[in-house]
Amino acid sequence: MLKVEGVSTFYGNIQALRQIQIKVKPGEIVTLIGANGVGKTTTLKTISGLIRASEGRVLFNGQDITAEPPHKIVEMGISQVPEGRCVFPRLSLRENLEMGAFIRQDKETIAQDVEQVFETFPQLKGRDRQLAGTLSGGEQQMLAMGRALMSKPKLLLLDEPSMGLAPMIVVEIFKIIEEINRQGTTILLVEQNAQLALKTAHRGYVMETGQVVLQGATDTLLNNDQVRRAYLGEG
Amino acid sequence: MLSPYYIQLVILVGINTIMASSLNLIIGYTGQLSIGHAAFMSIGAYASALVTVHFNFPFIASLLFGALVATLFGLLIGAPTLKLKGDYLAIATLGFCEIVRIVFLNLDITGGSVGLRGIPKKTTLLTVVVAVLITIFVLNRIINSRIGRALIAIREDETAAESMGINTTYYKVICFGVGAFFGGLGGGLFAHFFRFIQPNSFGFMCSIEHLCMVVLGGMGSMWGAFIGATAITAIPELLRFLGDFADYRMVIYGAILVIMMRVRPQGIIGQRLSADQVSIGEKLFNRWAGMGTGGKRG
Repeated sequence: MLKVEGVSTFYGNIQALRQIQIKVKPGEIVTLIGANGVGKTTTLKTISGLIRASEGRVLFNGQDITAEPPHKIVEMGISQVPEGRCVFPRLSLRENLEMGAFIRQDKETIAQDVEQVFETFPQLKGRDRQLAGTLSGGEQQMLAMGRALMSKPKLLLLDEPSMGLAPMIVVEIFKIIEEINRQGTTILLVEQNAQLALKTAHRGYVMETGQVVLQGATDTLLNNDQVRRAYLGEG
Repeated sequence: MLSPYYIQLVILVGINTIMASSLNLIIGYTGQLSIGHAAFMSIGAYASALVTVHFNFPFIASLLFGALVATLFGLLIGAPTLKLKGDYLAIATLGFCEIVRIVFLNLDITGGSVGLRGIPKKTTLLTVVVAVLITIFVLNRIINSRIGRALIAIREDETAAESMGINTTYYKVICFGVGAFFGGLGGGLFAHFFRFIQPNSFGFMCSIEHLCMVVLGGMGSMWGAFIGATAITAIPELLRFLGDFADYRMVIYGAILVIMMRVRPQGIIGQRLSADQVSIGEKLFNRWAGMGTGGKRG
């Protein structure tokens, strides 16, 4: 479904990504783990077109999207939940969700899909008129995810959904991620919480200083000594 | 019947309402801090006045011509500068406004610093009222359309707007073009009312005055722009009736602005989430507080 082939990205003179290779197959949850500043977010932004790759290609369903602008990429079916949630604070919950459907022309079914989001995130139900800025962090994360789903993406990019949230809420969010996947959306998940990410995803990539250093099925990665030492805090 | 003095005041309120509500689209709804709105006013004023004087254009046609020329410049300037954010955009638009002023100051056709004289008086109370109604109607339609939703999303969070599939640059340029169109319309009305224009009428202070109207009235509110324009235009005039204190009217006027921003930073009409969230008005207040927004006509 998604193929990142030898992508390098620069911020000015600083190279953030070195020859990244990533593959996501339909129906999978793939996770990208690694410490702060190794290029996980940059990888997502390069896929969604917010940053341009200076080398390599990004293919989505066989189509080269490396040079496409972000709004075209959303139309093709890739939706991103940005880091730090980024809800529209002074718009209501419902308006936020409706903004998520900005690229869609089918007005009738949008209302139906809003209801669908409320089914997936029961905590948001009945609060359509509340301003998004007044929601708690976890609720904002849920809203941001629901909003991304409103564009009916084939591939959902999640950038650190656990950031700044209480452990209990993080567990809840990850349950919902699995649920969204079960309903047929492929997911590429960037996470610092390696433990939870590896337990949720099917396959994983481990990044260090702009490179992929390890990859494989998550069961294998969970038992890998190197991963256990560096990311799971075990001896 | 109203005396000429009041008619002039109402016409000025009308023109300023057009200026403030079109700037409000850029600042209040799209969140782009532009402080060069006077540039579009002056382009509209000169363009429409010149075709009236030299080519005998009918009034409506010359107004439209002025507005379209302003739109053209709005699009030309918007495309490169709207990639800038916040303060940087403010400086760029300020620079543009100065360039326009200095170009008009040095062109022969505009009469340079002497100004352009002999423009026929065609703006009446009726034309201004109609123009205001059209402006507010069109802007309202835009705000409540798909374009308006995109603009508000850009104001709320540009990155998120981009990841919703909104072509942010495109919509920002559209917003700038529409703002420039109505700015140019205001300029055309201004030129055909006072019959005389000079580059310095549309300088930095004029832009700041438009900004004050938007902030004082309430950003992102149609009524706010109208109330802001009325207040900023009328208060200095009303203070003339203070008798012995009339000399101090600009001081009182400045003080009113400062107090308003302190007490109601979100403007007279303007929304605010909660006490702990800083509104755009507050940010602007902090930014401009040191520059003395009050002492401008002096």
